[in-house]
Amino acid sequence: MVCAVNKHLDARLLDPAGADELVRALQRRGFSVIAPAIEDDIVVLREYGPADTLPRGYSDTQDGGSYRLTRTGDDRLFAYAAAPQGFKRVLWPPRQTLYESRRTADRLEILPVTEEPKKLALFAARACEIDAIAILDGVFDNGDFADPGYWARRRDAFVVLVECGRSGDTCFCASMGTGPAREAGFDIALTEIFGNGPHRLLARAGSERGAEVLAEIAGRPATAGDADDRNRMLAEVAAAQARRMPADVAAILAANPEHARWNAVAERCLTCGNCTMVCPTCFCSTTEDSSSLDMSTATRARRWDSCFTIDYSYIHGGAVRASARSRYRQWISHKLSTWHEQFGRAGCVGCGRCITWCPVGIDIVEEANAIAASSA
Amino acid sequence: MAARKPKLAVWKFSSCDGCQLNLLDCEDELLAIADSIEIAEFLEATRAQVRGPYDVSLVEGSISNDHDAERLRKIRKQSKLVIAIGACATGGGIQALRNGRDVDEFVRTVYAHPEFIDTLATSTPITDHIPVDFELRGCPVSKYQLLEVVSALLAGRQPRVPRHSECLECKMRGTVCVMVARGQPCLGPVTQAGCGNLCPSVERGCYGCFGPKESPNTASLADRFLATGSQRRRVREMFQSFNAAAPAFAKEAERHEPR
Repeated sequence: MVCAVNKHLDARLLDPAGADELVRALQRRGFSVIAPAIEDDIVVLREYGPADTLPRGYSDTQDGGSYRLTRTGDDRLFAYAAAPQGFKRVLWPPRQTLYESRRTADRLEILPVTEEPKKLALFAARACEIDAIAILDGVFDNGDFADPGYWARRRDAFVVLVECGRSGDTCFCASMGTGPAREAGFDIALTEIFGNGPHRLLARAGSERGAEVLAEIAGRPATAGDADDRNRMLAEVAAAQARRMPADVAAILAANPEHARWNAVAERCLTCGNCTMVCPTCFCSTTEDSSSLDMSTATRARRWDSCFTIDYSYIHGGAVRASARSRYRQWISHKLSTWHEQFGRAGCVGCGRCITWCPVGIDIVEEANAIAASSA
Repeated sequence: MAARKPKLAVWKFSSCDGCQLNLLDCEDELLAIADSIEIAEFLEATRAQVRGPYDVSLVEGSISNDHDAERLRKIRKQSKLVIAIGACATGGGIQALRNGRDVDEFVRTVYAHPEFIDTLATSTPITDHIPVDFELRGCPVSKYQLLEVVSALLAGRQPRVPRHSECLECKMRGTVCVMVARGQPCLGPVTQAGCGNLCPSVERGCYGCFGPKESPNTASLADRFLATGSQRRRVREMFQSFNAAAPAFAKEAERHEPR
């Protein structure tokens, strides 16, 4: 799949209806397609059903601690920005049973829970989201250990990228170098071009199977002019992002563990953990055991955990990070600084979800810039 | 497993009995409980009473008179483990709204014969009066957490009852934040998880039935409510409900008292 980008197919143009055709082509190939839908004025990701069509004419306004769906008054397919919950929960569900054990008359039986490989298609993943999946891939296969549950869902996942035609109000992918354009990590990429010539989708294949599926969709060859329109649009999207992460944030945070700003943010931080739950790269989990009342069976399960809980840093004798200050500092420092030492890059993709979904609107970019501005 | 079944007692103080009812509500699991445990005292379920000592006492309700305070101390002496169950036992309950008010006036207003009423000026949690081995939160407690605690005791392991925020429960379930997406004030960020995500999953802000979570930053959340249009009186009332005497909630409500 590496080096696939250039060889597969020249870019094609689809009518907007081609997006739904693409979903159905994937379904015909046996994929369970997880796609955006509108439920109760929210963009959700769910399995595309027989009666579904992709939502049209929706956008959103996002700010620290605020999200509202809006109508665009046109039939754009992808004018909304990052949805409340990304594809993380599809590939890495909040709860997974690891094994069950059963006590018999003379021994203890271990009953492993194996996950059958799934054929999932992740439809309309944005550039930041695909970057986040690339990060999770490295986390769940570090060369020594590959997580079987994650890879049962991930290995055959068909990825359809949608490049953003509009920057969300809390987005900062451009300064993280993760978007809005993307050239790899997908099977098919779509770029919606609207308001500049006819409403159309520029489609590119990123893999052989992507090229095969795309060949089934009615379309026509794209021109150099279409490619220019895409490049111009993506440059505008990037330029529209008001939030910018300082380029040297990793070094700045590492050099300022005692900065006064940590106290200020701790005054506001609820330690509720919402930022970690919505973060597309936060992967922490904990393991829980439960037993039946008659003690005949026991279950070991894994569930999402957050570094904002006290139990997270509990070791013999107490919690290492008891204060809100130390927990917030741990999270942002890991995401933006120590992640480099652990995984060779930043753990933040600039999707802005931690800003939007913080109930009190704490802004990771603002905090990083505040520390950078008065750095030791 | 021990040859002798552990003896369980369920005790009631000032409360509505709702938490005990949730134990009865276990229906399918009740037979398994009865198989594993000797129910020595549980007046909501049976008149049969077995004398102490007890292996486990579940204590529901708050302390609102001297007699109860004395009865509670005796229960503690007779019990290996005491588990406070529900918002009354762990946070004073809704009846703790009288704390700091003129209780004599309430008594005169409500009762035809005030002279029959013998009550303390405050309603206080069980945990203010005796050491307890575990607190199970909620108004009422969750039957799943109740079963979990009983299962854990029987197995000799730690109960799986996290003290983190209700927000984690929302996010794991896939409930979209009612505060961020709908602008509703919600106590979820300062409230302990465990209810099963009842209110946010039907687009209502959390009422805080499970009491303060670990390290609750109530001031920051209340400031956000005020900044996004909530009246100060409304903010105060949010913290003055089923866990009114829980220190974190009581302190926050006090901050919004009229001056």
